[in-house]
Amino acid sequence: MTKKFRLVHYINQFYAGIGGEDKADVKPFAKDGVVGPGMAFKNALGDDSEIVGTVVCGDTYFNENLESAQKEVLAMIKQYEPDLVIAGPAFNAGRYGMACGAVATEVMAQLHIPAVTGMYEENPGLDMYRKDAYIVATRNSAIGMRKAVPVMAKLALKLLHGEEVSPDADHYFVRHRKNFTAEKRGSARAVDMLVKKLKGEDFKTEYPMPAFDNVEPAPALKDLSKAKIALVTSGGIVPKGNPDHIESSSASKYGSYDISDVKTLTEETYETAHGGYDPAYANENPNRVLPLDVIRDAQAAGEIGSLHDHFYATVGNGTSVANAKKYASEIAEKLRADGVDAVILTST
Amino acid sequence: MVKEIEKTGIPVVHICTVVPISLTVGANRIVPAVAIPHPLGNPDLAPDEEKKLRRKIVEQAFKALTTPVTDQQVFEWN
Repeated sequence: MTKKFRLVHYINQFYAGIGGEDKADVKPFAKDGVVGPGMAFKNALGDDSEIVGTVVCGDTYFNENLESAQKEVLAMIKQYEPDLVIAGPAFNAGRYGMACGAVATEVMAQLHIPAVTGMYEENPGLDMYRKDAYIVATRNSAIGMRKAVPVMAKLALKLLHGEEVSPDADHYFVRHRKNFTAEKRGSARAVDMLVKKLKGEDFKTEYPMPAFDNVEPAPALKDLSKAKIALVTSGGIVPKGNPDHIESSSASKYGSYDISDVKTLTEETYETAHGGYDPAYANENPNRVLPLDVIRDAQAAGEIGSLHDHFYATVGNGTSVANAKKYASEIAEKLRADGVDAVILTST
Repeated sequence: MVKEIEKTGIPVVHICTVVPISLTVGANRIVPAVAIPHPLGNPDLAPDEEKKLRRKIVEQAFKALTTPVTDQQVFEWN
């Protein structure tokens, strides 16, 4: 008979059946064999591996005593001489996720064996530990146990057998960047993708865009001739001399400029602070970016009710999404307070 | 920026050159612009022609602001 792989399972006080929050300060202890969800893993893992021990620790104890708890847990795991460790899954439980991530990461770093855990995508443990641990994507509550166990077990078996694994095939979150040598150079791969796209075939981008949450469209204006319109731009239009020193890239601020007495923007009075495009055209006639001249005409013709007496500007050039959000949320606050009904936002 | 403002219930029309970016980021009312360094202008045109072009784009922005939308919509003008 061949030797069975030895596995250790790490779980918290709740899954060990000790108790909930009231028992979350339980100190780590080890128990031979399976406990709680370990039974499901035992069934999913099959015959060539065995969960030889379970290490339990209260979530609060672990997180409050991170360094010492980590050491204690690791020592208990080590005494079983395992070939692989399974932790959790933690679903969306934050402290449990932190513990599972820490245990899995330490096991891989100190014991030089693979460790598999499972978490929901918003678990803070994911961001902390995804670079090192194999973290399988799960649902956000224990309802997902039935689905998570077979996926985690399959990944564990593949790792035990030294088989190749990938985030796509094995449903774990992308770990650290892995360097590889592609057969074709980047330009050829890009053209291949383009050709597939033109043919309407499936292709896989090498640089996926981050996901953005869309916003419900605001209701349309009922009467433009009574509406107060405001101008906002990411094109960097500022009074000549850039009084607020808005940076030409990665802007750290936005400006608010009084235009109550301004009819049009001229080369002498305004300019662009934007460093991400050729400024010649915008500097020559800043209305090309912030169309004040024609808005004033529309206002004179009674087409719009009024124009807000300030415009807001920043430089959208390498500016982080977080900063852009921050500036816009402050601008929105002011626009609302000033009774603005609609916004024209121009981008270069 | 468009979304942060629109979130508060103020309709925003995004006049921008690179429409796919605006669509990806999630603007709801989009009016395409002329070119990156001169979104609302064209230096090749005579000044009054150029201003007419700018007026046309802004008129389209007004149209977008007064049009009820349920999903992202691009308001073409040329």
